[in-house]
Parts: sequence; structure tokens; C-alpha cells
Amino acid sequence: MSIILNHVNYIYGEDGPLAVKALDDVCLQIPDGQFVGIIGHTGSGKSTLVQHMNGLLRAASGHIYFNGEDIYDKDFQMKKLRSKVGLVFQYPEHQLFEIDVFSDVCFGPKNLGLDRREAELRAFDALRKVGMPAELYYQSPFELSGGQKRRAAIAGVLAMSPEVLILDEPTAGLDPKGRDEILRQIKELQVRTNMTILLVSHSMEDVAEYVDRIIVMNKGKVMYDDVPREVFSHYKELEKIGLAAPQVTYILHALKDRGFDVDVNATTTGEAVETVLGALGRKGTYI
Amino acid sequence: MLRDITLGQYYQTESVIHRLDPRVKLGGTLLYIISLFLFRNFLGYGAAAVFLAAVIGLSHVPFKFIVKGMKAIVFLLLITVVFNLFLTPGTELVSVWKLTITVEGLRTAVTMAVRLTMLIIGSSLMTLTTTPNNLTDGMERMMRPLKVFKVPVHEVAMIMSIALRFIPILLEETDKIMKAQIARGADFETGNIVKRAKALVPLLVPLFISAFRRANDLAMAMEARCYRGGEGRTKMKPLVYEKRDRLGYLCIFVYLAVGITVGRLRF
Ligand SMILES: Nc1ncnc2c1ncn2[C@@H]1O[C@H](COP(=O)(O)OP(=O)(O)O)[C@@H](O)[C@H]1O
Ligand SMILES: [Mg+2]
Repeated sequence: MSIILNHVNYIYGEDGPLAVKALDDVCLQIPDGQFVGIIGHTGSGKSTLVQHMNGLLRAASGHIYFNGEDIYDKDFQMKKLRSKVGLVFQYPEHQLFEIDVFSDVCFGPKNLGLDRREAELRAFDALRKVGMPAELYYQSPFELSGGQKRRAAIAGVLAMSPEVLILDEPTAGLDPKGRDEILRQIKELQVRTNMTILLVSHSMEDVAEYVDRIIVMNKGKVMYDDVPREVFSHYKELEKIGLAAPQVTYILHALKDRGFDVDVNATTTGEAVETVLGALGRKGTYI
Repeated sequence: MLRDITLGQYYQTESVIHRLDPRVKLGGTLLYIISLFLFRNFLGYGAAAVFLAAVIGLSHVPFKFIVKGMKAIVFLLLITVVFNLFLTPGTELVSVWKLTITVEGLRTAVTMAVRLTMLIIGSSLMTLTTTPNNLTDGMERMMRPLKVFKVPVHEVAMIMSIALRFIPILLEETDKIMKAQIARGADFETGNIVKRAKALVPLLVPLFISAFRRANDLAMAMEARCYRGGEGRTKMKPLVYEKRDRLGYLCIFVYLAVGITVGRLRF
């Protein structure tokens, strides 16, 4: 079904000297099967927001509903929520601990109380989904490359078969190639399984190509919540809060200013190529 | 979760006490603690309480925040009081079943409770108003004479400041790893001792790995900046006594003189 946040507030270090209002009256609905990008500058509250969605942080006020149940109800089972809403933390490779990749991926499903057969089958399935090369399954997770470690960690959450997958900056610290590979794999996963996916990022470039909807966070508040092309039309405001629209937006606006009849709302490189070619009166396909 | 521990923590704000030279605070705290053990009557504790209240007032640290840090040691305090109350021999005051409270017991228990509370508030006030770096700087400077006896004062101070610097980082790291494993269905809170100990493996392994990684990075960074121990090293901000520091020492000595004079009277 869906996740609904209703007037959620959260403050770190509530009565200390350094209290930080990390979430300020956040209201959101995440329907099933949507691929959502959550974007914001560092410190805007993205990680805090997603930790509310699986109950790791408890809102100071407000309510969160998951599949029609209030997650703060006394008899609500948090453990069940955590298996349904899988959260992959930033730098998830820091949580690897088992002697080999396969056992590490089994940790989640085993915690759900599944028997060995079921847990191991799920682990195989998850490792395949994230594109882990089979010869690495029985390697120590600490000997993998950065990108492979991250795959292993994502598989660890995926193996719990969540209905909603949340990835907190899954591309942080990866090189451009590793970044594109991971993002493509996530998109493929979403298309194939129609899973609800929330992708947290501080880079528009990351999400523009893939998501159906973008939520822009600024200082703990939801600033924009719309389809990518609508959000990017505010590119001047986005710059003010330290975010940049994708490069194509800038190029298209510059072309428009110089008199070319291009559609400035194209968000992906493919769309941009098409509208530029159209303006030039040529036909072509984006390679 | 783990960030609620306030004992030994620094409270950032602007105050005279925060700006005092760490040596004044270290020396003052030491003398204050000694003074608590010299008093023979309640006038002395009264003087100590007034002095403490004045310092808390000047420090701009909310009293609520100080008390919050005390919660961790309430249990210790309680044990001390109970043992003293029931196990001190002397003239009987009340007796219920096998337990006897004596006049002497009551007196020692109350004295102990007052002493411990003031001692802990006093010393946590020092850490609340002094940054760890400042604190180790002060200690290094005060222990300098020990160099004559070949004590590696600088190295000890450096180790201490690094350790102190890493406590919040490792706490934060623990918090993060714990959350990440809880998100994978780990359970740190239920089960018997064996089960709970086992549940710590997914927390401790990543934590140790991260601690070693950080230590390695730090060592590399220090070496890259040519750190080779304390020999010939100068300070960017050397500790220099100012007027307020001399005034601070004066206040402490006035307190000591008054406290000990009235506190050691016998009635
Ligand atoms: N554990 C914490 N304790 C105190 N403050 C925190 C903690 N985690 C985050 N914050 C603060 O809350 C705000 C939001 O942080 P976060 O949700 O991590 O932002 P983002 O993920 O968008 O970078 C920041 O100002 C940050 O400094
Ligand atoms: Mg974050």
C-alpha cells in the first residue's frame, strides 16, 4: 500500500545547547510502485527523514502510517515494519561483518526467522539482483572493491524482500562508472519488480534520469515535491539552496536565450538531444 | 540513543568559567575535592554549596543539564548511602527486623551523599566548561615538572587528547552501525545473556574495523605533517595566565580559607 507522513517533526538533542530541528512539519505520501528521488544539500534532513520511515527514529510529533497502520500504535510491530521497509544506510559497507559475502547477505533473512533454505535462496536471489559476480560470493567482504562492497551491503537489505527499498546516498564516494552502474541496476530492479524505491541523493544528475518524482528537502522542510521537469523549472531557486539542476537544463536554457526553439523542460540527456535536434530541424536518434 | 550520556561531556556556551585557563579549573577542582574531605561540620558543606552554586551560575550551564548527567551515578550514590546507613555500628536510632539505623550511620550516610554529589557536580562542571583539548593542554603544562623523572608527559597528553577526541566519533559510529543492523533485523535488546552477547558481534566487528581504519588514517596524517613527538614542539596557543585567571585563583583560596576555618570548628 503506501507510506504517509503527517506533520512530522524531529529535533536532535532536544534540550541540549545544540538542538537541531532536523524535520520541520513534513507531510508526504509515497504510493506503491513509485520511484522517488529525495534531494537536498548536506544537512537538509534527508537521512533523518528516511530513518523515520522504518521507525529507527521516532518523530517528536506527527504521525506515520504504513499500509494503513499507525506505526506509533502500542501494538504495532516495529520488527515487521523493518522487514517491509528496507533501509540501506549511507556507506552501507561499514556494516559488513561476516566471514564471507554470502553469510553477510544471509544475516537479514535469518533475523526474520526464516529457515536456512529460505534464507540462503533469498541471499542468492539478492546477490544476483545487485549484479554481484558469482566468484565473489565466498570472498571476505573486506577484500572487495568499494563498488562491490556496496553491492554486497545493498544485497543484505534486499534479501529481506522488502516492499519498499530506501537507499541513502547509494553512490556517495563511488567513481562515475561505479555510480552509473549502481544507479542503472537500481532502476532495472524497480522496473522488473515494481518495488517502491526511495533514492536519497544530493546530486540532481543522479536522479534526474531515473525517478518518477522528486522531493526537494531544505533545512528540514519539503521545498518541492513534483515530477522532475516541474522541479527543475525552479532551477534558479534550487541553486540558492546549493543544488544544481542537471547540466542539460543549463544548456537548454542557454540555447533558448540565444534564440533556439528548444523545450527547456527536458530532464534526461535523451530528451535533450531530441529537442535540440528538433530545433535544428534534423532527425536523429540518441545513441 | 547513546548521545544521552552527558557525564564528562563539554557544554558549549559563552561564560567566564569557559574562558578560564584550564590550569585554574584543574587546580581549583582538585582543591575543591580535597576541601570536601576536610570538613567536620555542616557549615563547611554550606560554604562548599554556596561556592558551587556561584560557579554554576557563572558558567551559564543549565542546572537541568548537569542533573541529567548525574542520573548515571544515582545508583552508585544509593548503594553508598544504604550501606553506610545500615552497617555503621553505634547508638541505635530505629530498628526494624534485622536492620538497625544508628545515629552515626545516619550522619555518615548523609555526609557521604552530600560529599559525593558535590564532588561529582564539581568535577563534571570542569569537563562541561573545558574542551577536551584545553583540558589536556592544561594537564600537560601542569605535569611538565615530571619530565625530570623521565615521564613522557607530552606523549601521555597526546594519547589522552586523541582518545578524548575519538570518544564522540566512536559513539556516533556505534549509533550508526547499530541502526544499520537493526534495519537488517538485528535485535540488541531481548534474549538471555548468551544471545545478547552473540548479537553484539555484528556491532563490534564493524566498530573495531572502523576504529583501526581511523587510527591508521590519523597516524598517516600526523606523519604526513612531520609529527615526531614532543621534542622542540611549540604551541600555537600557549597557555598564559590573565587577570581573570589570577582572580579565579584568588576566589578559590578565599573559599578554601573561609570553608576550612568554619568547616573544621567543633561544636
Ligand atoms: N545524530 C545526530 N545528532 C545531532 N544532530 C544530528 C544528528 N544527525 C544529524 N544531525 C543534524 O540534523 C540535520 C540533518 O541531518 P541529516 O538528516 O543527516 O541530513 P542529510 O542526510 O540531508 O545530510 C543536520 O543539521 C545535522 O547536523
Ligand atoms: Mg545523509
